[in-house]
Parts: sequence; structure tokens; C-alpha cells
Amino acid sequence: MKLIIVNDYDKASEWAAKYIRNRITKFSPGPDKYFTLGLPTGSTPLGCYKKLIEFYKKGEISFQYVKTFNMDEYVGLPRDHPESYHSFMWNNFFKHIDIRAENAHILDGNAADLPQECQAFEDKIKSAGGIELFVGGIGPDGHIAFNEPGSSLVSRTRVKTLAMDTILANARFFDGDLSKVPTMALTVGVGTVMDAREVMILITGAHKAFALYKAIEEGVNHMWTVSAFQQHPQTIFVCDEDATQELRVKTVKYFKGMMHYHNTLVDQ
Amino acid sequence: MPSNKSVSDAPITQFINCRILRDHKIQREDLWVREGKILDPEKLFFDEQGFADQRIDCNNKIIAPGFIDVQINGGYGVDFSQASSDISGGVSLVGKKILEHGVTSFCPTLVTSPPSVYHQVIPQIKVQNGGPHGAGVIGVHLEGPFISEEKRGAHPPKFLRSFKAGGVADLMETYGPLDNVAVVTLAPELENSGPVIQELARRGITVSVGHSMADLSQAEEAVIQGASFITHLFNAMLPFHHRDPGVVGLLTSEKVSQGRRVFYGMIADGIHTHPAALRIAHRAHPTGLVLVTDAVTAMGLPAGRHTLGQQEIDIQGLHAYVAGTNTLSGSIATMDMCVRHFRQATGCSVEDALEAASLRPAELLRLNHRKGTLDFNTDADFVVLDDALVVQETYIAGEQVWKK
Repeated sequence: MKLIIVNDYDKASEWAAKYIRNRITKFSPGPDKYFTLGLPTGSTPLGCYKKLIEFYKKGEISFQYVKTFNMDEYVGLPRDHPESYHSFMWNNFFKHIDIRAENAHILDGNAADLPQECQAFEDKIKSAGGIELFVGGIGPDGHIAFNEPGSSLVSRTRVKTLAMDTILANARFFDGDLSKVPTMALTVGVGTVMDAREVMILITGAHKAFALYKAIEEGVNHMWTVSAFQQHPQTIFVCDEDATQELRVKTVKYFKGMMHYHNTLVDQ
Repeated sequence: MPSNKSVSDAPITQFINCRILRDHKIQREDLWVREGKILDPEKLFFDEQGFADQRIDCNNKIIAPGFIDVQINGGYGVDFSQASSDISGGVSLVGKKILEHGVTSFCPTLVTSPPSVYHQVIPQIKVQNGGPHGAGVIGVHLEGPFISEEKRGAHPPKFLRSFKAGGVADLMETYGPLDNVAVVTLAPELENSGPVIQELARRGITVSVGHSMADLSQAEEAVIQGASFITHLFNAMLPFHHRDPGVVGLLTSEKVSQGRRVFYGMIADGIHTHPAALRIAHRAHPTGLVLVTDAVTAMGLPAGRHTLGQQEIDIQGLHAYVAGTNTLSGSIATMDMCVRHFRQATGCSVEDALEAASLRPAELLRLNHRKGTLDFNTDADFVVLDDALVVQETYIAGEQVWKK
């Protein structure tokens, strides 16, 4: 595991975006060799997307031969609803870059047969050759995608009923009206993300500090699903100073001591 | 083909690197066009997995909806009110030339004329879509002859008429078939105007109050009957008076019921309306302001002396005078000039200035579901402007019809 500690949110976003840029570039994707990228939604990755768009506009990167797979989507929310993850991805990323629609995969929360949609998503990942780099964020309770506390650590893509905490937290995006908040979602499983060849988790802000502590300093535990990645051979946590507040000084010092090397990973 | 053939295989154009006027804001957004309509790229992406066939770099320019001029009497030597042998040729000439001013649709306007002229001219000014041949014709604007003698302005008095036969009959007798008519300006204080206004409104024709001695209550009555526009506010009406604000009072009238809006035309050429008056109107009722040129025959002609019909005129700068006098012979303003002057004189936002020439006239004519905006699925009629609001390019139905 690598733990990248930088000063603030902007620096963390930039670091993550540069890392993605370099991974794609070194992979040298082409018509017969697509780079497969797993993507999150939410406020944490916004800065990273902005940076990637900037790199695209400067001509440093192209998404022409990149296939993306998003982590999750609400069930029953119209696709063009401003809070749908389709809208999020379109407005914050896809419309700004050169990705082709047929290469951008997002679960369809309005599919007639939801379990079948989930299975099809797993199949699509498999036929794309698996995911090269899965980028994720986490919730303050340590959930990755919609794999909330108690989710199986070997779970696959499936229909998930949302925890009341999550529904309450989401109400602010739906005029504060609980009845409008979706109560179910489709989500990749912890196992689905674990299958990626590399996983990068972004964790920023003091409110995520306890989750980061649970993720890396305590044992693997399905009540903190992100902790599963302790068992993954290639995981990078990218965090800001605020998110390290619950870590031991020893841990922080150890990883900061390696930043001189880790930073070479994002050199152009 | 990139697009889903089950929907359409027509080519898709993406205008990039531009700022577009949408939802009353200039915003950094691309504009997508297919089959002459503005396309929702998100739907294209997710539903059709489509993408653009062609990308046009706008170099950071502004894209606004095409301008709509609801009052233009002619230009480039053409007078729409003259029953010449080639009326449609004259309309076509002006329609083509005003593309340069960003005008993509217009209402050729006839001033007070004898019935024979209406019967001859109106059927020849066909409602038609715009294109490389010129701006679209929305319909004719008939300004007169049912107007006030005192406030007739330059309209010839001998052709003025009243509704002496009861109203609707006078209308039909004077104009003939109304199929090509979009707007009628009349004076509501004329006896029997009520049924006329109702009948016109019933037919979907916009009724405008103008060239009128009406007091406020008469003007309000006209609005209740169905009138929705004021022809060149302040001009050819009673001046504003604080105990009877007259037609001008409609801007803040409480009798105009909820959900209805009175629009008013403004000649923002810096000559026909004082900037202070422009500001008063705009601040009192910003969402009703419709920029009109009210341009006459001399618009578009070079400086110097011209013979137009029976009249000699001198063009000096932005003024057109009856030759040898100081009498103004009408507006020679162009729409793009009016937009710039309006913005500068009122200090309004760029958005307001552009919408006064596009969204507002479209709303007035109830065409805003397909014109006057850059909303998805509306007609791709638009102008490309620089930051000084100088028109660089004009598009109709997604096709470039003029370029600077």
C-alpha cells in the first residue's frame, strides 16, 4: 500500500490526476488496446476531474482509447435528473473530453431487470479485460461505492438498499424532501473493485480522518468496507493533511518519508 | 456514421470554445446542432452514443439567439408599403441584407396605406423560413390605418380609417385575408376597437397599441381584450403624465393580470428615444422590452442624397433627413446597432441587451418554443458576436448564412 499525503484538497486532486494521466500515457492505449478506468462520483473527485480536463485541453492526454466504468447509480431516478450519476459524469467530465459514448459505462438504474443489468456490467468489465485502475472515494463511514458498513467484502455488482444515514445525507440534493431521495442503488461490489489491477482511493478533509484511520491502521473489517484494500496488491490512498488527523504520528512520518520517491510517479 | 440511425443520421455540428446565452446567462458551453435544431448533447451521448461529425472553433466568441425585428418598414431603398411590381423581391432583398445585422426573422411592416395596397401587398409577403436567401418572414406587421389622427406621425392622414362598420368588417374590408399577418398596431380609443382586438387575438395575431391618444384605462381595456404590445413606446402617444400616465402606464399597470405580460417596442437608435427614457422603461419593466429598428427605406444606404419615391433625403451619420431640412425621415438604425446602444445607454447586462432583440420578441409573438432561445430542440438560428457585440456570423437552421 502507498499512502500519499499532500497539503490540501487541491494538491491531492492534482496528484491523483497526474497519476491517472501518467498511467494512461505509459499504457499507450490504442484501437486494439484500451485502457480501462473505474470512476467514482461525489464531491471528492471533482477537483481530480477538473485537472484531467485541463490536461486534456493542453493535449497531454486523450481518452479516445479509454473505457470507463462507473461505480454506481441510483435506482429509479430519471437519467437526466440533475442528481443522477449519469448527469454528474456528463457535466463534470465526459462533455469536456474526447471519450466516446460507447466506451463510457454507467449502470442503468432504470433497467427493467436490475439483477440482469448488474450481471451485464460485470460481464462488460470482464470482456474489456478487467479494470486497469479503479479510482474511488469513500464516505465518512468508510464505504466504497454504495458498499455500506456490513457489506460483504467479496460482493459483486448488485442492487443495494441504502442505509438511512445515506438517504438522510442525500436529502440535501433533493430539496430536503426525503420522499424524493432514492432508496436503492446499483453498485459495484467490493470484490469487483478488488479485481482491478490497481486501486486509488481519494480521502480528503477532517471528516474523513476517522475512516482513513479505520482503513489503514486497523484490521480488515466489513464495517469499514474500504479496509478490504489492505488485501489488495496495488492500492494507493491519496489524502490531504486534514484527513491524517486520526493517524498515528509514526504512520504519517513513515509515509511522508517516502514522498520524495512517490512524487516521481507523477512527474511528466 | 456516428449517430444512431434509428433517430437520425444527419450530420452533427459542435460549436466549441464559445460562450452561449442560455437560461438568461452567458455561459461557457458548447452548442450542438443537428437538422437545423439545437441538440441536447447529453441525450446524444447516452441515448444514441453519438458524437459530432464536425467541430467549429468559435475562438471564445459569444453565441446568442438570432435577432427578431418585429417592426421594419424597409431598407436598402425598398419601402414595403409601396405597391411595386416586385414586392416579394423587395422583401427578399431586405431579408438578405439584414442577415448582416444578426436578424434571422422579421415582420415586414406596412404603414397606413389605402385598401388597394393592402390587398395587393399582404398576399405577396409570404410567411417563410429563413436561410441563405435571407431572414425568415414571421408575418406582416400592419401599423395603421386604424390609428389616431392626432398621433398619426408620418402616416398619410387621408388613408386613416375608423371602425365605423362595427369593427371586424372594417378590418376585413381594409386588409383582405389576414393569413400572412403577425401584428396589427391600432389605436384602442377608436370606437368598436374591442371586438377587433378580440378577433385578432382569437386568430393568434398580436395586437399592439400605438399611434394612439388612449388614456391608461383605455389602454388597459385593450390589454384585457387581448392586446399585448405597445408600438414604439413614447413615440406617437400621449406623453407620460403623473395623473394619467396614458399608454406608458401599461408598463406598471396593476390591471394587467397575473401570467400576462405587456411588451413594448423600443427604437434604441440614440435618436428616437432619449437614453434617459430608455432607462426609465427598462428599469420599470425589463422583461417587456422588445428592441425594434422601425427602419425605413434609407436604412442601409450610404451617406449622401438619395431619391426615394417622391422624396429626397440626406443621410448624415445615423440621421436621415428630408433633404435640405432638419426633419428626421425615420429610423435608419440596424438591429445590432440598437443592441449595442441599448446596452450602453441603460448599463444593462449583455444578456438583457441580447434577449431584448431575441427572446423578448419571440415571447411577444409566442414563438419562444422554437425561436429566440438556444434551448434544446429549438431552431438553430443564432448569431456569433465579439465582446463589443459586433456581429461576426449569422446562422439560420444551423447553416452559416452570413460572415463578416
